[in-house]
Amino acid sequence: MDFVLFAFFAFAAAAVMSAGAVISVKNPVHAALFLVLTFFSVACGWILAGAEFLGIALVLVYVGAVMVLFLFVVMMIDVDTTPMREGFVRYLPIGLLVAVAMLVEIFVLIGVLAKTGTPFGVDPAVGAESNTHWLARSLFTEFLLPFEVAAVILTVAVVAAVMLTLRRRPGAKHQNPLEQGSVRAADRVRLVRMEAERPLPPGDGAGEVK
Amino acid sequence: MEPATATSIASALSLGHYLALGAVLFCISVAGIFINRKNVIILLMCIELMLLAVNINFVAFSREFGDAAGQIFVFFILTVAAAEAAIGLAILVTLFRNRRTIDVADIDSLKG
Repeated sequence: MDFVLFAFFAFAAAAVMSAGAVISVKNPVHAALFLVLTFFSVACGWILAGAEFLGIALVLVYVGAVMVLFLFVVMMIDVDTTPMREGFVRYLPIGLLVAVAMLVEIFVLIGVLAKTGTPFGVDPAVGAESNTHWLARSLFTEFLLPFEVAAVILTVAVVAAVMLTLRRRPGAKHQNPLEQGSVRAADRVRLVRMEAERPLPPGDGAGEVK
Repeated sequence: MEPATATSIASALSLGHYLALGAVLFCISVAGIFINRKNVIILLMCIELMLLAVNINFVAFSREFGDAAGQIFVFFILTVAAAEAAIGLAILVTLFRNRRTIDVADIDSLKG
């Protein structure tokens, strides 16, 4: 067993155990943190397979953005999860049964374990260029249109998320940028023509306070 | 799992290792959907876990066949999954704000 295989088994064990913790812990905050550990372990496994760009992207995008969003929401909505776990024990046998049956089917019928005999060939990205270079060349030539569509999807998602959570409370004070931008000087300052005030002659107003 | 394949498992890193890891993670997330069927947050996390398991298979096959399309598809799946998580969590926040609950069993207004 070489070092790469040993590292893969270590990362896979960490990923599987933390995934089991995600679905079984009581506190949703802990579940989100275990999901972070799962993503991180899987990203390390991808780097072992030569997918360095995707490994780093998984850590940056998922651990850095999506899971932080999850943690933010979990901490923001202060919900009592105790009544939601009442079906846990009841559905545990059937959940385990379905999962184990599916796992056995995948392993035996599809023959996953039979494919462990032939190791990976030479990494196609290794040679003159790196994995990122290899992916980028393909992404920006033949997959350019899907790449742009992905950007549009992200923009639409951001707008949709903002619109879903936007609310106007009656008492809140808002700025209106349209009114701010279209304001004219005449609306704010009124210039009045009036006679200049003459100063009082000295000695006349002896008692007044200047 | 079987003793006959024990020697081939421990020879070198191969496609089967990644497929097995993806299958195990997928089944764990299916079990998670069964046993946490009332908590929307855990359900969303299980869906993310499922997408991750599928992505593992894509990466493994991309490496096996030397084709960049598999890894690029993972890139797009990550994009769409991030959008899905953002919108799902926004719906969750709106739901909690209006109904004060995230229990799936309580969300039955459309039952008729």
